[in-house]
Amino acid sequence: MDESILTQLSTTSPLATRPILETRGMSLQFGRQVVLKDISVSLNRGETVAIIGESGCGKTMFLKALVGLLSPTSGSVIFDGQDIQKLNDQDMTNLRKRFGFVFQNAALFDSMTISQNIAFPLRQHGVPKGKQAQNLITERLAEVGLPSNVLQKRPSQLSGGMRKRVGLARALILEPDLLLYDEPTTGLDPIMSDIINELMMRTRKRYSVTSIIVTHDMHSARKVADRIIMLYPYSRLEVGEPQILFDGPPSQLERSRDRRVKQFVNGEAGERLMEMLASRGKGHPDTLNLVDLNSHHGTGEK
Amino acid sequence: MASDPYPNNDSILSRLLNSLHRITSAWGTVVVQGITTLGDISLFAFQMFIWMFRARPKRETLMQNFYAVGVLSLPVVALTGTFIGMVLAIQSYHQFKNLGLETRLGAVINMSLVRELGPVLAATMLAGRVGSAMAAVLGTMRVTEQIDALTSMGANPIHYLVVPRFMACVLLIPALTVMADFMGIVGGYFYSVIILGIDHAQYLRNSRDFVGGFDLFTGVFKSVFFGAMIAIISCYRGFHCQPGAEGVGRAATAAFVQSFVMILALDIVLNIFLDAVYFTIWPTGAKLF
Repeated sequence: MDESILTQLSTTSPLATRPILETRGMSLQFGRQVVLKDISVSLNRGETVAIIGESGCGKTMFLKALVGLLSPTSGSVIFDGQDIQKLNDQDMTNLRKRFGFVFQNAALFDSMTISQNIAFPLRQHGVPKGKQAQNLITERLAEVGLPSNVLQKRPSQLSGGMRKRVGLARALILEPDLLLYDEPTTGLDPIMSDIINELMMRTRKRYSVTSIIVTHDMHSARKVADRIIMLYPYSRLEVGEPQILFDGPPSQLERSRDRRVKQFVNGEAGERLMEMLASRGKGHPDTLNLVDLNSHHGTGEK
Repeated sequence: MASDPYPNNDSILSRLLNSLHRITSAWGTVVVQGITTLGDISLFAFQMFIWMFRARPKRETLMQNFYAVGVLSLPVVALTGTFIGMVLAIQSYHQFKNLGLETRLGAVINMSLVRELGPVLAATMLAGRVGSAMAAVLGTMRVTEQIDALTSMGANPIHYLVVPRFMACVLLIPALTVMADFMGIVGGYFYSVIILGIDHAQYLRNSRDFVGGFDLFTGVFKSVFFGAMIAIISCYRGFHCQPGAEGVGRAATAAFVQSFVMILALDIVLNIFLDAVYFTIWPTGAKLF
């Protein structure tokens, strides 16, 4: 039933263009813990999709499953007509040239210089070499607004925002078809967040790349994305409810009738506060009280 | 915590059943976890062997690891080797002197060094110096998503990170063992001959007569297995590191402790095997080389 709704949603594009990425009934489970259940999404070429949802709803896992960093427990991920789980190592390696992944904390290799970090995908796939590669690295670095004197520095010598931009340059070096951003603005100051948003939009314009952005920064999602998908933690769903609470353009977000979508968009804890107070009333020794919670605020997530 | 399946706490029987249930379930968990980990490590090692023969690691990554494992471990292995040789001399001198056999110290010290202490000491130092560092580095890479980044850019993390470390450990631990043996022999000689004043010629003759090529081979042969074990356990621990600073710390500790236990366990097995080989080739126990 979900699939039919989603197919309807994705028929905005002409029939001739097949989706670049599709998940069919994808589920992900660790031991007994269900993270994702029966997720079917279809992404068109050139789209920028923001996946929103509270921490722990499985949005990063979803992103990782899309590029084969995690294997779905059931269901499939189809990239450009190929089921990525059925590919052999060599084909998967070749396919990975077409993905660019920007990790939450950039995930730069600390043992390498910035230059070596950006060049890593080039070396791995053997194209291009020498002077040409060097020019490409400097060019990408300039695109993300970093001076070329950082090239010989180590990741530890750069600030968080700079590291993220290097991460973006590294993801862009092979001009991928699909860019995946894992919480690109988390942990950055508002100015740097806006720079990253701007970079994401410029990248899209320049490379006409399909982008998926996992975020809980609503400002960023609204600004950058042309489609928003909201995931909800599986454990909090009613039996039989779909895990995707919202799928549509940002302008439709306000019109969503779902209380949980509204709460997330407006940043209201709603019944969670009541739940917390109720569990406090039960007198569990490990229950936080409100004062604790306030003092932890802002340090909870990296 | 598991909820009590027999909630009637009043009767002795139900309390007995409850505690039995808890004990069984706790042991069951331990056994299942143990078997799962063993299976995981075996698969990890299997994948590593496949990658080792499938594609040669890049020269620069190999050299980096060779330097860290071989060159940087050399001083500490040499130093501990010297000390252990001297300690052996101190410990055995009086007992042998009472029997008037102090010149036999050469045989005792050198035999124990070459067959047992040299390889085990080199392996222990390697597990402590290199193994826990490997687990910490790979663990940090796991926690900061650098291993995922490698995969996402088309590099196989086992090929890129584990194979060079494994090769460095396996290929260089024999050299470190020989170094520990040599320095132990020097240390033992120094203490016995120079400090305790045992006759130089007799000490050397005894050493030469009793310690043969097979003894040296035994030690070096065993060390290769120790090296392989250290690399596999440490890399596995790093790859399966839990998040956070505590996770990395635990991975590093587990890498050393488990490597050390496995070194000693392997030592027993390999000694039994090598003894069997020795007595098959030389049934009378005579030394041919």
